[in-house]
Amino acid sequence: MPKITYIEHNGNEHVVEAETGISVMEAAVKNMVPGIDADCGGACACATCHVYVDPAWAGKVGKPEAMEESMLDFAHEPKENSRLSCQISVKKELDGLVVRLPEFQG
Amino acid sequence: MSGRHIIIGAGQAGAQAAQSMRQAGFDGEIVMFGAEKEPPYQRPPLSKAYMQGELDKDRLLLRPLNFYDQQKIDLRIGVQVSAIDRAAKTVATSEGETLSYEKLLIATGAPPRRLTCQGAELAGVHYLRTVADSDALRPILSAGGRIVIVGAGYIGLEVAASARKAGLEVTVLEMADRVLARVAGKDISAFYENLHRAHGVDLRLGAALDHFEGASRVETAVLKSGERIACKAVLVGVGAAPATSLAEAADLRIANGVWTDEHARTSDPSIFAAGDCASHPSKIYDRRLRLESVPNAIEQAKVAGANMAGQNAVYDAVPWFWSDQYDVKLQTVGVSEGADEMVLRGDAAAKKFSVWYMQRGRLLAVDAVNDPASFAISKRLIGRTGIDAKRLADPETDLKSLAS
Repeated sequence: MPKITYIEHNGNEHVVEAETGISVMEAAVKNMVPGIDADCGGACACATCHVYVDPAWAGKVGKPEAMEESMLDFAHEPKENSRLSCQISVKKELDGLVVRLPEFQG
Repeated sequence: MSGRHIIIGAGQAGAQAAQSMRQAGFDGEIVMFGAEKEPPYQRPPLSKAYMQGELDKDRLLLRPLNFYDQQKIDLRIGVQVSAIDRAAKTVATSEGETLSYEKLLIATGAPPRRLTCQGAELAGVHYLRTVADSDALRPILSAGGRIVIVGAGYIGLEVAASARKAGLEVTVLEMADRVLARVAGKDISAFYENLHRAHGVDLRLGAALDHFEGASRVETAVLKSGERIACKAVLVGVGAAPATSLAEAADLRIANGVWTDEHARTSDPSIFAAGDCASHPSKIYDRRLRLESVPNAIEQAKVAGANMAGQNAVYDAVPWFWSDQYDVKLQTVGVSEGADEMVLRGDAAAKKFSVWYMQRGRLLAVDAVNDPASFAISKRLIGRTGIDAKRLADPETDLKSLAS
């Protein structure tokens, strides 16, 4: 199973085994990684599953589509490498993915 | 802080309150009772991806099962609370137990209103609230034939979309002269009527159901006009009623649901309420509201949980909601009831637009259709006065400039 590393704002690291087909958000919630709220359950209707994708992975993860981009505008401290983790599907190619969590969600 | 906190209801609000209580530093016992034999799960996919068979059940869970062990939350699913004794500060359960509480949360939700007409008890007449309801509807989607949907609110319309996607024939009966009459303005209603009809839904407005007929299962829906519609199944979506019987029996104040103040506290200082079952005072709208939405359940439960842990949070989040039908995402901010002016921005024909609801120049709500930019900015604009309707309607206006 692909491994994903979530790095909290305070530096704590969580390495999680995530099954393919679920989202990076779901993998975090399933493994009780703190700092991802996922208020709307992954419906791309809020911005509380916001993550910063490690630059080394930006290419493989890709850019957000229009709907997600608009929601990201209003996430806490959005950056160039921001994504809503509910919109990133876990794939074999993402084995080793590293994401950082913002200080706050929403 | 110690003592035992009891949560009645293991849904969206119950699960959130338990988490918020722990986050606020409460380290006493937490016992959560749920009538359904399921750990807390999210309901929105039940009318969409889950009903369509595109989402496994375990992906519905709000938290993984080990979350409750880890947080020392004693989750008692399939156990109902039968009574609250406020004087003794105890609850009685369907298992014959009596448990004492320091603080109590009522998060019992709002089950669907049931029809009482002739034939309403026939097999094949469905409601949609629980995962079991959705499981019962799924085989119908692939069985062919026609489903009659009573009610063109969000439940009815989302199921209509799922049914059409599965190739089922669909007739929707709506008593009012437009769909979503309770929650949206005329422009949104018209858009959704066109959308569903374009997808082949037989939509009947101003159509009242009289009764159902059938031998052992429902076979015909009969309208008050006398028209008979043959069907394989029926889905009823005519609203939800807050589950207040426990609160009523305990003599708590009831006002369109369990009455709470802005701290999610009921008329009893040791008892809180949150989610679909509870009404709360709204500063934004200067009246009492009861909202049936996931964000309301979450935000009110966050306040209830924090306050049960000794904090003094206030519930005043801007309400919002979403609905997915076909390739259209509706995102709603605020409550539009009472609007005296509606401004349409964008292109309804292109399925990308927003409707801005004002009352005496004050922004009450926004309905955004495939328009997340409007949805996102409007969260910051609700309650603002002096919004220039002309600038709003002008597609050249940058919405962000309205927020400055």
